[in-house]
Amino acid sequence: MSYIYFPGCSLRSTGRGYEESLLEVCRALDLPVDELEDWNCCGATSYMSVDESKAFALSARNLALAEKQAHSSSDIQMMVPCAACYLGLNKAQHYLKEFPDIRARVNKALSSAGLVYSGQARIRHPLDIFTNDVGLDKIAAKMTKPLKGMKIACYYGCQLVRPYADFDDQHNPTTMGKIMTALGAEVIDWPLKTRCCGGSLTGTIEDVGLRLSYVILAEAHKRGCDAIATACPLCQFNLECYQGKMNRRYGLNGTVPVVYFTQLMGMAFGLSEKKLGLKRLFVPLPERGAVAAEGGAHVRG
Amino acid sequence: MDKWHGWDKIRYEAALDPHFGTKIASIPGGDKLLACIQCGTCSGVCPLSPYMDYTPRQIIAMIRAGFKAEVLSSYTTWLCASCYSCTVECPKEIKITDVMYAVKRLAIQEGVYPKRFPMPVLAHEFFRSVQKNGRSTESRLIVRLYLKTNPFKMLKQAMLGWNLWRRGRMGMGVESIKGKDELQRLFVAMDKETRAERRTGQEVRP
Repeated sequence: MSYIYFPGCSLRSTGRGYEESLLEVCRALDLPVDELEDWNCCGATSYMSVDESKAFALSARNLALAEKQAHSSSDIQMMVPCAACYLGLNKAQHYLKEFPDIRARVNKALSSAGLVYSGQARIRHPLDIFTNDVGLDKIAAKMTKPLKGMKIACYYGCQLVRPYADFDDQHNPTTMGKIMTALGAEVIDWPLKTRCCGGSLTGTIEDVGLRLSYVILAEAHKRGCDAIATACPLCQFNLECYQGKMNRRYGLNGTVPVVYFTQLMGMAFGLSEKKLGLKRLFVPLPERGAVAAEGGAHVRG
Repeated sequence: MDKWHGWDKIRYEAALDPHFGTKIASIPGGDKLLACIQCGTCSGVCPLSPYMDYTPRQIIAMIRAGFKAEVLSSYTTWLCASCYSCTVECPKEIKITDVMYAVKRLAIQEGVYPKRFPMPVLAHEFFRSVQKNGRSTESRLIVRLYLKTNPFKMLKQAMLGWNLWRRGRMGMGVESIKGKDELQRLFVAMDKETRAERRTGQEVRP
């Protein structure tokens, strides 16, 4: 069985580094991954605000395509790295299951487009797949360059654990932390793991959005982390790309590298910076040697 | 608020819409809205409530009481970032985030959302792009958003755009799917189904 990979729109632009590192890490773990053929938008937040029925139809098309691609095998596993897509597809599936009238309407609409959805596709996040299908032992066995001395703040954001917490604790998720610990990093304890980064507000109502991102960044900075690990392209973008502005506006006093957890995994597997998309970062990671030598002290300038 | 607009806030029953609450409560699983105990947990956990004109708790009270015009034109729902904190913590299991979505949709349908406020414009442009191409193209979306709300801000953001482009994180091309015809058929059929359900009266939901 191979995982049907659903990239989503963001992983094709601002989140390029997420896709690159995820696919490299899957290759290193011998995890077979096939991209969903002709996938469309998941119908996330902004679309849902305009038309709910069509948002469910959009997700249902993706699910139907996944079933087709799996040749109607009963074990259909989708790998969805973007937190918004993960929730978008998951929410549609929950609603199609719970509300027969929506299911009937969506199924009718799908059939006029020549598609069938039976409800078998399982929507999984890479964090879920890595911890539960691959296992921490196998991940640790692939490690060639431990993240020794690196202090990591694991940031999960909203939509991975809310409203559905399918693979982790809703209030105190730990899957990412377990992976990071297995790879030799030091995981810092902090209370803002699942606090909202502001979503699209940073681009629209900057005064409000920036402050939400700033709160998270400042807390991680205060606790002396070397990097924040994220699992969502919008969280990564918000926390990383507006740091200059946050410095000017709120006096953040320094920079904090914000990376995808898959990039850190790839580093521990000894993969090159280029392959992992690390060169796409605005705030580069501190030099590995320096971090290890200082035992995790902060190489921030 | 620099000036007290108290007189504008007083509403007599005749000015309220008695069906507004039940209409919003008709969303899937929305009937729990009517069980709200006004405990304020939603406003407490909401990371955005300090910036809202009405807190989530107030919005729910206003929906139930029929303050349709005030609710639909408020900034509250457009500030909701869909973090689902309220939905998860609500002791009466009200899907508050979904209530916010329902209010947004109704505000768009009735054209009463705050004009030139960037969030509804973003939603509309995102919708338009997916409707046409099946996917969203982030670079185009941002450009259209600023053109329609604040063209001057686009100049201020040019540096961010350049930095993203330089790192290969923002392209110029338009993202699009192959099965556009199939998608159009799906949309047309879905609209037809939704209209049919509305006509039979089973469904009046936004």
